[in-house]
Amino acid sequence: MKVNLKVWRQAGPREKGGFVTYTDVETTPDTSFLETLDILNETLIEKGEEPIVFDHDCREGICGMCSLYINGHPHGPATGATTCQLYMRRFQPGSTITVEPWRSAAFPVIKDLMVDRNAFDKIQQAGGYVSFNCGGAQDANAIPISKVNADEAMDSASCIGCGACVAACKNGSAMLFVSAKVSQLALLPQGEVEKDRRVRAMVAKMDELGFGNCTNTGACAAECPKNIKLYNIGRMNRHFIAAKCKM
Amino acid sequence: MELSKENIKVMNPADSKIPEGPVAEKWTNYKAHQKLVNPANKRKLDVIVVGTGLAGASAASTLAEMGFNVLNFCIQDSPRRAHSIAAQGGINAAKNYQNDGDSIYRLFYDTVKGGDYRAREANVYRLAEVSNNIIDQCVAQGVPFAREYGGLLANRSFGGAQVSRTFYAKGQTGQQLLLGAYSSLNRQIQLGKVKSFNRYEMHDVVLVKDENGVPRARGIIAKNLVTGQFERFAAHAVVIATGGYGNTYFLSTNAMGCNCSAAMACYRKGAYFANPAFVQIHPTCIPVHGDKQSKLTLMSESLRNDGRIWVPKKLEDAVKLQKGQIKGSDIPEGDRDYYLERRYPAFGNLVPRDVASRAAKERCDAGFGVNNTGLAVFLDFSEAINRLGIDVVRQRYGNLFDMYEEITDVNPGELACTVDGVNYYNPMMIYPAIHYTMGGIWVDYELQTSVKGLFAIGECNFSDHGANRLGASALMQGLADGYFVLPYTIQNYLSDQITVPRFRTDLPEFDAAEAECKAKMDRLMNIKGKLSVDTIHKELGHIMWEYVGMARDKEGLEKALEEFKRIRKEFDTNLYIPGTQDGMNVELDKAFRLNDFITMGELVAYDALNRNESCGGHFRTEYQTAEGEAKRDDANYFYVACWDYQGPDKAPELIKEDLHYEAIKVQTRNYKS
Repeated sequence: MKVNLKVWRQAGPREKGGFVTYTDVETTPDTSFLETLDILNETLIEKGEEPIVFDHDCREGICGMCSLYINGHPHGPATGATTCQLYMRRFQPGSTITVEPWRSAAFPVIKDLMVDRNAFDKIQQAGGYVSFNCGGAQDANAIPISKVNADEAMDSASCIGCGACVAACKNGSAMLFVSAKVSQLALLPQGEVEKDRRVRAMVAKMDELGFGNCTNTGACAAECPKNIKLYNIGRMNRHFIAAKCKM
Repeated sequence: MELSKENIKVMNPADSKIPEGPVAEKWTNYKAHQKLVNPANKRKLDVIVVGTGLAGASAASTLAEMGFNVLNFCIQDSPRRAHSIAAQGGINAAKNYQNDGDSIYRLFYDTVKGGDYRAREANVYRLAEVSNNIIDQCVAQGVPFAREYGGLLANRSFGGAQVSRTFYAKGQTGQQLLLGAYSSLNRQIQLGKVKSFNRYEMHDVVLVKDENGVPRARGIIAKNLVTGQFERFAAHAVVIATGGYGNTYFLSTNAMGCNCSAAMACYRKGAYFANPAFVQIHPTCIPVHGDKQSKLTLMSESLRNDGRIWVPKKLEDAVKLQKGQIKGSDIPEGDRDYYLERRYPAFGNLVPRDVASRAAKERCDAGFGVNNTGLAVFLDFSEAINRLGIDVVRQRYGNLFDMYEEITDVNPGELACTVDGVNYYNPMMIYPAIHYTMGGIWVDYELQTSVKGLFAIGECNFSDHGANRLGASALMQGLADGYFVLPYTIQNYLSDQITVPRFRTDLPEFDAAEAECKAKMDRLMNIKGKLSVDTIHKELGHIMWEYVGMARDKEGLEKALEEFKRIRKEFDTNLYIPGTQDGMNVELDKAFRLNDFITMGELVAYDALNRNESCGGHFRTEYQTAEGEAKRDDANYFYVACWDYQGPDKAPELIKEDLHYEAIKVQTRNYKS
């Protein structure tokens, strides 16, 4: 099958970018979307042109590196899947596919489709952990944890930090990302001790780094490749208000 | 580049620094007598940790918690994305929570046996010993392991063991463990004890001679992948935690960025490379589908807990499957050959990975492959779904089923047909693929390489898995090294360095190293040939898989070494890299890595050619039993093969580290009874 790719090209953070359309890119339905970009890049290199730069690594949907905004959706049309898990059988032969980088003030473009997501690390550094030094842990079975809580914590912890939630949000809000970590740790006894401090610090950092307010539209959860649930945001808001009241 | 047999040296046994005493007391004795660094001095010492996977992140955070200053590097945009994140199945520990007779000794024994008696006994015992601390540590960090309704931790079984000792977090155990280590790392970054450098790639390690003329690792040259500029970093010790060399084969289950360049830089500076031929081929990967494929996807070994592996009994059925005339579910139960259960009744579908991979290859080579390429076998969940119900099976493997469906368009949980009241579900198709490398930088008991002040941890060292790694042991080893071993052993080195002031990066050694890195980039840019990096890498991968892959022989390995010369020449004369060196140039970075993959490929072939036996992941077709099982030669090859770099156009020299077993009787591996 052949497709046309309309791709955002931008030489650097301060350069002006624009769309370039590459027509008749040869691929197959069983080829992944990123492999199709590989194919296109090989033809560009053959012509002596610079290949399209995009972030990717594990190519099995877990590292969170890939970050393409395809036909108006973060990670493209498939639900519950990352860009690297997207296969060409999802597209009509001959169609034109628009590929953009994540669009958010907090994620500036580095080159072409690659963005800087360092802000996510900074939020985690503000409080996304249990303050505990290696070596002093008690036996792992000393505190029983209800399976319901453990499973729910696991669901929240599935977040891969890709930034699709921010890219999907009209306000560029990071509420889903932050609430996933806040929820995971608040649901477990190990994280309970610091939960007030954590939620205050992470929310403050999120605001400082230029992420917008929650729109309450739920676009983030709808587009999340790991199906992180919207109620994480509810839980975070509840914890945040409770923590603020204690100040 | 002939291998010189006369130059083979034998390592002084003292170089391994294995502590005195019975194997069960060695680590305790070591810790009791090692030198420590006091808190005031720790503040004056800097450590570079390259890599942020399980080993790198856990080492960086723990060293910082202890009070050292850490500089931590990763090539990705965030430490959280290191490839440890993709480990699915689980992590082993000798907790014996299931009351099924597990113990530290049994985990130690299974690991040594699984590694086909080519690991260092003392290291493996220590690994088994600290395995329990790892689980405690991870639970305390908030890692959401799977639990039973009573609130205690759940376990499952993995290959090569007869107990349930594997802890897991859905099919995303590596992710959860890595995010745990990343959270500890983040805390130390926030506290200012770790400086984190993302999108930086180490290009060289810098050695500076001390007052006695002994070269010591004192820093690295790293490339800022965004600006394209080289930067210099100095420290009192350098720790490499940069993973394995599986991508030498082009197609593997490794992430696209995984590479062996940091390890090769150490090798060229005098760090021995040990057992490169020991490469793990994972039996359950999604088969190759075409020549445009960029990587292979692993289906977790945990699937073999409930999945049954089979091919048709009748050749004509296999031919029909290959032609697409029938489906797997059309073949009646009596005509299915569950070959692992047939050949290995005691372990069945849970034999170790090397055994399962070779058995699949044997069936496919005999013509029983089940897809259009003839290179696939079935992994079937019908029996499990009928026994447990689809809900329970989905709870265990749901994300893997979804992943499989997304890639292949087939849902393994979907009912295919009902025959005589028995439901048959769509089976998965799987085939072995390169997954993990047991070989790596040689390290002593302290995880120090043959270069003073240079340490290697995690997959990038060679130490604990022998010739084959058991499932769920990679996560265990990475975290053992990073949380519980290196932070201790490195102090035995650093305690002598407390009077050494911080290094300046304008020393002549740094100038020379950076100039060399720049010259290499210039050389690559100036080749101005015609072939892309991937074109040459695919050629290399093809030769590796064909002649240095699952089954090797002398003739093929010699041919491979000839082919590598041709590929090297092609690379040196006909490579094309678009763009410039200023700013980001992804193709240039890939070329830098490919240059080292070619050297690595040669090293694997040299080692495979030298090792005239079959053991673990290394199978030489000349050395097999009448039943097709691996035939070891303990009389001649009971050693770690350490390769010492001699120069770009010379064959490396071999140094043998003889193995000594005290606690375990070396015998032929048996998974049949």
